[in-house]
Amino acid sequence: MPRSGFIVETGRRLITGEPIYYFWMTLLAVLAIIGIASYVKQLQVGLIATGMQNYVSWGLYIGNFTFLVGVAAAAVLLIIPAYVYDFGPIKEIVIVGEALAVSALLMCLMFVTADLGRPDRFWHLIPGLGILSLPRSLLAWDIVVLNGYLLLNLAIPGYLLWKAYHDRPVNMRFILPFILLSIPWAVSIHTVTAFIYNGLAARPFWNASILAPRFLASAFCSGPALVILLYQLVRNYTKFHVKDEALFKIAEMIAIAMAINLFLLGAEFFKELYSDTHHLAPLQYLYKGLHGKGMFVPWIWTALAFNVTAFVIFLIPATRKNFATLNLGCVLIIVGIWIEKGMGLIIPGFIPAPLGEVWEYVPTTVEILVSMGIWSIGLLILTVILKIILPIETGEFRKEGPGQGQVHAGLGP
Amino acid sequence: MRENKFTETHFRREKRQDSVSSRDAGKSKGDKFLPDRRTFLAGAASLLGTIAVNSCTWQEFFQNNFRRMSKKEIEHTVQRLQAEYKKKYGKEFVVGSEAPLDATLFGYGLDIQRCIGCRRCVYGCVEENNLSRDPQIQYIRVLRFKDGNMDLEQSTIYYDPEEVPEKGYYYMPVQCQHCANAPCTKVCPVQATWTEPDGIVVVDYNWCIGCRYCMAACPYMGRWFNFTDPTIPKDQVNPNTHYLGNRPRMRNVVEKCTFCIQRVRNGVYPKCVEVCPVGARKFGNLLDPNSEISIIIRTKRVFRLKEELNTQPKFYYFFAT
Repeated sequence: MPRSGFIVETGRRLITGEPIYYFWMTLLAVLAIIGIASYVKQLQVGLIATGMQNYVSWGLYIGNFTFLVGVAAAAVLLIIPAYVYDFGPIKEIVIVGEALAVSALLMCLMFVTADLGRPDRFWHLIPGLGILSLPRSLLAWDIVVLNGYLLLNLAIPGYLLWKAYHDRPVNMRFILPFILLSIPWAVSIHTVTAFIYNGLAARPFWNASILAPRFLASAFCSGPALVILLYQLVRNYTKFHVKDEALFKIAEMIAIAMAINLFLLGAEFFKELYSDTHHLAPLQYLYKGLHGKGMFVPWIWTALAFNVTAFVIFLIPATRKNFATLNLGCVLIIVGIWIEKGMGLIIPGFIPAPLGEVWEYVPTTVEILVSMGIWSIGLLILTVILKIILPIETGEFRKEGPGQGQVHAGLGP
Repeated sequence: MRENKFTETHFRREKRQDSVSSRDAGKSKGDKFLPDRRTFLAGAASLLGTIAVNSCTWQEFFQNNFRRMSKKEIEHTVQRLQAEYKKKYGKEFVVGSEAPLDATLFGYGLDIQRCIGCRRCVYGCVEENNLSRDPQIQYIRVLRFKDGNMDLEQSTIYYDPEEVPEKGYYYMPVQCQHCANAPCTKVCPVQATWTEPDGIVVVDYNWCIGCRYCMAACPYMGRWFNFTDPTIPKDQVNPNTHYLGNRPRMRNVVEKCTFCIQRVRNGVYPKCVEVCPVGARKFGNLLDPNSEISIIIRTKRVFRLKEELNTQPKFYYFFAT
C-alpha cells in the first residue's frame, strides 16, 4: 500500500461512525464555533469582555489552565505502574492516557492564549526572535516544560503506534528512556505550574510551600478519574479491550492520592487557623466569606463534600469495584478538583487585594462561552486521536490490513 | 548616559493647578474601571473599524524590545509614534527617549503626617500621565486609616467627606514603590518590564504580551491593565511624553507609575510632588547626600511599606514632625 494509504484510511475512519459519533462531533463543533465567535468578540473589545479587573486579574481561563495541567500530568500515574512495576493491565491503558494528556495540554495552551492580552505579540516568547526570560520567569519555564511534555507525549505513542501500524516490533531500548523521562517531566509540568503562583510573596494564599505537593496530589485524583470514565466509554464503543482489574487499580491509586490531598488541605487549615494571622483572610474569603462577600463559599463547600464522598467511595473495596459507585466517585472527583484546583485556587489568591480591598470576580458570558469552546475543541481533538489510534491498537487498522490482537501483551478479546 | 545635572537645584516647579477642590477630589469613587458593558458591546461594531486602522502596521508588529533597539531604530520608532499620536489626537507630540542620568538613583519620600488626603496627586497624575479616563486608571491610591492602626485590610480608598482632612483619620497614598528588588520585573516572561539604571521601573508597552503576571506579583497594586482601548479627551491629552512613560498606551497592556520619567529626566519634579498642596511629597537623588530625600532618610523616622517582603522600595514614608 502506498504511503497515502494511511491518510486516506484515516480520513475514511474519521467520517464513518455510529449515529452517536456524528451527534457527539456535531455538538462539539457547534460549541467550538460558539466559543470561537465569543473569542472574536473578546478580541474586538479587549479583555474588558471578561470579568477580570485590576483586582482579580486572572480568572476562569487560568483556573481551567491550572486544572488541565493537572490532568495532563496525571498520565505519569499510569506510566509508573505500567512500566516501572510492569503491571500488565495498565500498560495497555497508557496510550489512551497519553492521548488525554495531549488533548489536555492543547487545551492548556488555548486557555493561556485566551487569557493573553496581546496574542498578536506571541512571537515575543520565541527564544532568539523574541526574549524568553529564562531562568528568571516561572512562566517562561512553564512554557518550556509544557511544550516539552507535549512533544514527549506526541512522540512516544506516535512511535509505538507507527510500529504497530507497520506490524514491526517495538525497540524498547530506544523508547524506554523517553518513557522514563516522561515521568519526572510530568511531575515537572505540575510543579512548575504550582511555582508560578507559589513564588509570589505578594499573595500569601499561594505563597505556601505546600502548594506544589497539593497540586500533584489533586492532579493524581482528577486525571486518573477522567481516564477511568474515558476507558469505559472507549470499551463500550470500540473493540478496544480493558480489564476491570486495571480500572479498579487506578481507583485504588486515586484513593491514596485523595487521602494525601485531604491531609495537605487539613495541614493548611491548621496552620492558618491556629496562627490566626492576616494570611487567614483568603481562606476565610473562600470558606466563610469576607466583609460580607462570599460568592465562592457554596462552590468550595460543594468541592469539599464531593472530594470527601469520592474518597470514601474509592476507599471501600465494595463501592470501588461497583461500576455505578465508581463512576459516581469519578464524576464527584472531577467536579470537586475542577472547583478546588481551578477557580478555588486562583480567585482567593487575589482576595483580599494586597492593599486590603475585597473585590469579587464573576466570569462573564463571553468568558464562559470561550471556555466551553476550548473544552469542546479539546474533546474534539481527543475523539479524533482516539478514533485513529484505538483501531491501530486493536489491530483493525494496519498497513497490511487487519492484524490480530492488541499491541501489548496479547490481552485481546 | 548624560552628565548628571540632577541635583535639587535643578528641579523646577511648574505653576500649580488648583482646579480640583478637595470636595471634588473627595467625590471620586476611585476605581470604577469597569464601565457599562452594554455600551462596549454596542460600540463593538465601530471598534472593529478602529482595530482595522490601529491594529499594527507591520512596523508596529515587528517593533523590537526598547532595550534591544539601536539609536537609529529608536529614532524611527519615535517618529512613527509621534505621527501616529498626531493623527489620533490632532496635536504635535514629543516622544522622548532621554537616557538615565549619570550617578542618579531616584527616591521618593511621603510625609504621612502632612498628607491631608485631598487626592490632588491622583488627578494631577491622571492628567500628566495620559491615564485612561474611561475605564478609569489612577496610579495613586490614597488609603484612609482610622487613627491607631495601620491595618491595610481596614483601610479604604473610598472616602467621600465634605472636607479633608477628617478628624480621627490619617491618609497614606500608595503608588508604585520602585522596588530595588522588584518582584514584578522578575516574573515577566518576555522582559517587557525592567528597572532602569536610575531606579525607575518601566514597561515597554509595545513589548508587553498582556499576561498580567506582574500584576499578580506586585504587593502594592502598582500595576494597571488596559482592559480596553484607553480613552483620553483630545483637549486633555499631554503631548510631552517619554517612550517609557506617559505616551498614549494601547489596549491589553500593563502600565504603571514611572516617577514621571518624562519630567524627572529633564530635571522637573514628578507631577504628584508638584501638585501636593501641603508639601507632603519629596523627591530626589538617593546618591546625592545633600538631596532633600537623602537628608530626610538620614534625619527623620522613615519606613517602607511591607518591608518584610524584602522588595526594598525606593519609596519612603516618613514623619516630619
